[in-house]
Amino acid sequence: MDNKEKDFVLLKGNEVIAKAAIRYGYDGFFGYPITPQSEVLETLAADKPWETTGMVVLQAESELASINMLYGAGCTGKLVFTSSSSPGVALMQEGISYMSACEIPGVIVSVGRGGPGLGTIQPGQADYHQAVYGGGNGDYRTIVLAPNSVQEMGDCMGKAAKLTFKWRVPVIVLSDGMIGQMMEKVELPPFTPRRTEEEIGQQCPWATNGIGLKHRKYNFMSSLEFDPQTMEDRNQKMADKYRQIEAEEVDYELYKVNEDTEYLIVAYGISSRVSMKAVDLLCEAGVKIGMLRPKTLWPFPNKAISQLSERIKSILCVEQCEGQMINDVRLATEGQATVYHSGRSGGMVSSPTDVVEDFKRMARENLSKNWPKGYWMK
Amino acid sequence: MTKEELIIPENKIYGKPTLMNDTPMHYCPGCSHGVVHKLVAEIIEEMGMEEDTIAICPVGCAVFAYRYVDIDWIEASHGRAPACASAIRRLWPNKLVFTYQGDGDMACIGTGETIHALNRGENIAMIFINNAIYGMTGGQMAPTTLMGMKTATCPYGRQADLHGYPLHITDIAATLEGTCYVTRQAVNTVANIRKAKKAIRQAFDNAINKRGCSLVEIVSTCASGWKMTPEQANQWMTDNMFPYYPLGDLKNTVKL
Amino acid sequence: MTEEIIISGFGGQGVLSMGKILAYAGIMEDKQVSWMPAYGPEQRGGTANVTVIVSDDMISSPIVSHYDTAIVLNQPSLEKFEPQVKPGGTIIYDGHSIIQPPKRDDIYIYRIDAMEEAARTGNSKVFNMLVLGGFLKVRPIATVEDVVRGLHKALPERHHKLIPMNEEAIRRGMKIIRKMN
Repeated sequence: MDNKEKDFVLLKGNEVIAKAAIRYGYDGFFGYPITPQSEVLETLAADKPWETTGMVVLQAESELASINMLYGAGCTGKLVFTSSSSPGVALMQEGISYMSACEIPGVIVSVGRGGPGLGTIQPGQADYHQAVYGGGNGDYRTIVLAPNSVQEMGDCMGKAAKLTFKWRVPVIVLSDGMIGQMMEKVELPPFTPRRTEEEIGQQCPWATNGIGLKHRKYNFMSSLEFDPQTMEDRNQKMADKYRQIEAEEVDYELYKVNEDTEYLIVAYGISSRVSMKAVDLLCEAGVKIGMLRPKTLWPFPNKAISQLSERIKSILCVEQCEGQMINDVRLATEGQATVYHSGRSGGMVSSPTDVVEDFKRMARENLSKNWPKGYWMK
Repeated sequence: MTKEELIIPENKIYGKPTLMNDTPMHYCPGCSHGVVHKLVAEIIEEMGMEEDTIAICPVGCAVFAYRYVDIDWIEASHGRAPACASAIRRLWPNKLVFTYQGDGDMACIGTGETIHALNRGENIAMIFINNAIYGMTGGQMAPTTLMGMKTATCPYGRQADLHGYPLHITDIAATLEGTCYVTRQAVNTVANIRKAKKAIRQAFDNAINKRGCSLVEIVSTCASGWKMTPEQANQWMTDNMFPYYPLGDLKNTVKL
Repeated sequence: MTEEIIISGFGGQGVLSMGKILAYAGIMEDKQVSWMPAYGPEQRGGTANVTVIVSDDMISSPIVSHYDTAIVLNQPSLEKFEPQVKPGGTIIYDGHSIIQPPKRDDIYIYRIDAMEEAARTGNSKVFNMLVLGGFLKVRPIATVEDVVRGLHKALPERHHKLIPMNEEAIRRGMKIIRKMN
């Protein structure tokens, strides 16, 4: 099919989240308005999916309620999601811990803004720790997907739906205000019908929905254990699952990385878009630089970064915060390459030239050690 | 006549509901929870809703409610049962969804979720065990603790200037447009148990028939928390709780 | 071809929707597009700007620090974005909204009296379409036909009756834009 014939639409990242969720057969959405992601609920409310696919949409009284609605719905085997931004996602941390403890599927879209506290409503990536390490209590992990385009915002909703049921772990789609607010050309996915109650009954025998109760023991969802040994057993079972996810679900993308690459940028989300242009500018100037973009932040592409670190000079980690993912990048290098930070924070976003300037500073520092002067600008 | 000769099917006049299993209950002697659990099990069985019920239990003494009644249960985080139930009811429009909560869960940490689920008119039933104290954590002050009543965290008695006033969450519920049935009951006598059962049954019927949100408060005892014998606790409840939390319907918009 | 454009003015001037229509026109030409607004608390009369990139290739960064074209519809926007136009680039300003016109001599400067024209015809709503017409005249990255097709896609059916009026405004804008240097 000719591209001109395809049904491309121009949409905001937030709008695509909503429209893609309807099309991927999500059963419900529960959320509370917060800038810069309010278009998710607004779009759902305007599109009225309850009249077409039967998807439930509810404006909750708080993010606390939203995440607990997600928990309840997930317990019954339904595919549901919520969406919020930094301070709102902070309120959800307890619920995410509970969902993890009971191994409940659910998708949380986090459209980051500047923080901490109420912060700003401009784009930010200071919630890497919040998403990847979590603010809830206990030994748990959540899969974190990091889209970097409006199209990927939609794609991630499909991917998250699959992963959250495959592994029974909550999946966070970590985006930022810029990808949420910007418009790009998008191709929406075809409609997938929502699962019927019978299908849920067959696919989710663990779910607490009463289905088939006469022929089985009752199900219950609880994270409370009085016996520490039982709790440890549960934790170890979850840890085994997490190791398996780490082995199977890592996803990343390389840009202009080849055998001659001497410098590497590691960036995700909006920073990877900005950095892509910086890489183009630097390559034009003769610098041998490429970019690795994690598409999953947990599991993190440790192996890929470790292998590249063996042969590159240094790494510039670009993120719109004062340095969070940089710690994971440093760990991944296993000490084989020096990692430098580049990025703004509080709602400010680097431009490609900002990244180029930071690269120059990094290169100079490298040069001062044992590199010929002016190397980076042949 | 021996015991074996007496216990035969022909002589059976009353039985434990089959949904109640044999797991020994963790509730203290004299606690109202056991009675209410039994009523819930009986009603679900009578309604034939075993496979179509999703129950949400709280954090508090009823945290282990799922152990005793053989239906599917979800244990919500503290106070969030109404949010949990709202989502489930909307996603499963043919199921009976109810919450079972204590005073701390419903009227303190979860007040927001409670008010909003009631006010949205969610087609769920809420059972509210009000014993005016935090039982599970060892007898601390609850939002519904009476003025002057002594607890671990108000050892000299509840005082307005230090602790504020008891919260009338049920009275608030009755003022909300989303509620169709708000009632206050007790299970201290056989007559009251019968009335309470009728009330819970009506709340469940309302939920299934999409009439709006129902709240059934059960004014309850906590013999351990109140540091009394079960008998004293029943008496104390009659003398002190009932005057403050009078029994009866606060609202019933359902014309049957 | 890559055209990096900033459109900037007051909220209510139709800055964001002009950018959106331009992006849609780009899609009609099978190009890649991005539309990145500077957003803030909802405020009528506040400043508004949007970066629109239209390109034959994949768009890397939706934010850029220098632009091929700046369309400035008030004085603060001109002051902010004039220095950010690439040498050899273009600046378009509305004659009525700007008191101190651009001064650079290494860029093309165009003036369009769209506010006046809109007032003259008694239809202030087509102001942004007049400006868009002017832009397409000097930077023909899409045809009027593309824009019209884009409008059909961008607007809900009930507004399609307004398209001819907008098309007319675009064609009028192409006529009234003037080169100033």
